[in-house]
Amino acid sequence: MLWACILLPQLSLDDVVRRSIDPAAPLVIAEGPSQRRVVRHANGPAQRAGLRRGQPVAAARALLPEFRCIAYDPDKETQLRLILAGWAYGYSSMISLRESDAILVEIGASLTLFGPWPQLERRLRAELAELGITHRIAVAPTALGACVLAATQDGMAVMQAGPFNNALTQVFLESALLFPADVVALKAMGLRRLRDVFRLPRAGLAKRFSPELLDHLDRMRGEAADPLPLHHPAAHFSARMEFDHAIESSETLLFPLRRLLGDFSAYLHGRDSGVQQFDLVLEHDDLAPTIISIGLQSPQRQASVLFEICRLKVQNTSVPAAIRALGIRARDLPAFVPDAVDLFDDRAGGQLSWPQLADRLRARLGPDSVYQLTATEDPRPERAWQRTVFNKRNDALPVDGTRPTWLFRTPLPLHGVPQHILAGPERIESGWWSGGDVRRDYYVIETRLGQRAWAFQSGGEGSLWMLHGWFA
Amino acid sequence: MSAVLTLVDVLRDPRVWRGTADAVALATEPTGHALLDAALPGQGWPQHALSEILIPIDGIGELGLIVPTLARLTQAEKVVVLVAPPYVAYPLAWAAQGVVMRHLHFIDATGRDALWAAEQCLRSGACAAVVCWPLKADDRALRRLQVAAETGHALGFAYRPSSTAGNPSPAATRVQLTVHESETRLCVVKCRGGRVPTTTLTVRSRRRA
Repeated sequence: MLWACILLPQLSLDDVVRRSIDPAAPLVIAEGPSQRRVVRHANGPAQRAGLRRGQPVAAARALLPEFRCIAYDPDKETQLRLILAGWAYGYSSMISLRESDAILVEIGASLTLFGPWPQLERRLRAELAELGITHRIAVAPTALGACVLAATQDGMAVMQAGPFNNALTQVFLESALLFPADVVALKAMGLRRLRDVFRLPRAGLAKRFSPELLDHLDRMRGEAADPLPLHHPAAHFSARMEFDHAIESSETLLFPLRRLLGDFSAYLHGRDSGVQQFDLVLEHDDLAPTIISIGLQSPQRQASVLFEICRLKVQNTSVPAAIRALGIRARDLPAFVPDAVDLFDDRAGGQLSWPQLADRLRARLGPDSVYQLTATEDPRPERAWQRTVFNKRNDALPVDGTRPTWLFRTPLPLHGVPQHILAGPERIESGWWSGGDVRRDYYVIETRLGQRAWAFQSGGEGSLWMLHGWFA
Repeated sequence: MSAVLTLVDVLRDPRVWRGTADAVALATEPTGHALLDAALPGQGWPQHALSEILIPIDGIGELGLIVPTLARLTQAEKVVVLVAPPYVAYPLAWAAQGVVMRHLHFIDATGRDALWAAEQCLRSGACAAVVCWPLKADDRALRRLQVAAETGHALGFAYRPSSTAGNPSPAATRVQLTVHESETRLCVVKCRGGRVPTTTLTVRSRRRA
């Protein structure tokens, strides 16, 4: 087995930066009780001003008076880590979240599909950068070893036992993920690197230290089994983003919306599924949230497609108050079937398929605005057709060449009499059982203007002529 | 001044217009009417372009001009869209003329939304043909439709009233229908890629159902 450790050293900071409109402003994530808050993470601009991890916030204020200070929120961090785990699930079915600040991915089996590690690594890094996540990656034959190497040096990949052991021996004890008490004790013995510990006789180590230390070293080197709890992404997706300032315009909402849909898309790719029905939840301060339901004609998962539809929908929705938070909720995630594309299809790149286009039209014009027509068995012209949504069934339709191509929604009176009667009468008499009683004599007529029309008299000869369609 | 130019060089100059220039290979879709095909340059509706059909009133055979094309496209399982049609398409009659209703889609919209929908459909690349009825379309709106048809490689049809025949239009082809004693005639007002034919065609002859 080969484990890749994707270390997320500042996930809570990334979470805030991903949502902020101005990434160049100094920003600090602080933790600890309110009297003694210390810096947990500082972004680039804050670090350049001299802010460091572990510094009291008061001291930081002395160095840099103006910075945004956000309290550390473990729940938000967990939420983002779960989304990333869902994304990583697209590369391997063995994902573990045992380490609190990393995602472990078994890639030994994935290399046959995704190509050699450098290629897969480039791909993982590009996608993480796209999602706005700071990361370090290392590969090793054991999960613990990969974590240790990732903490030591970014980009290290040792696949064989020999180089792996060599790499481990170089690691300082502080980076070896040992218990702090053990590190202190080992250093008191004059040991600095793992090499020094590995040289010690095992019996002596066992006598002086807890069994956990030996077990930890064994699991790190692959000499003992390391059973990892495996993570499986949830069957539904839910993500939420809070804003510092209430958002008043739909334009400002588009940036976080794009980000959220990017996460959603990454998650859907990871599960190899799509989404057909989901809700956008716009939260307000005092009012109940505005929920925008989005239904698609077929499951989709491309971020750009989802964004385009949500954008149209959001711009067409009136919101009662400023927006405090934005969320996505999707319960049902059906399998995604890519559109079959013909080898000789001359569609230019980046163009839409019909279901995607229909979704976009519905998003602006309303859910019932795109439809098809089918014939029914009813002889009454008003009920001889019905609107349906797109279906792929291949029904044989009844055919009648004596009917006009255009039918009026309601018959219109003809002024005067027909110029010529070309065909007819044809008696249509039906519906007496359901109340919609129809008894008409239909003719094909020509009007004075030369139009060819379908017209009827319902009261026998001499009664009023009604136009019901054009032979256009 | 004394430079000697060969005739070949002169003719190669793009500014020299040659009356019988090599026939430009126009990509077209046959209309399904032999006489109309013969009248249009390229023997059919121009592909990836907007064609305008100018009509004085409804019900004079105006749909018959395009139904054979729509039938052929839907039979080839391509998507055809009618944007905001003025009446209900009677499925029995359309199917009788060979249109596969399963590939014919309708869009309800009014005014600017209808123009927007037509443009989206033309531009998307998902539709083989888009038929629309722009009532109050100005030159700019029509140009957008024409450009969208080029971008999306779609066949666009716009039905407009005859009263707009005098206005300039960016459409590649414009045909006008007139009624003379219950006979519908067609003349080509504009056609890109060829001279406007002077002949008038009879689309629907008198009093025959």
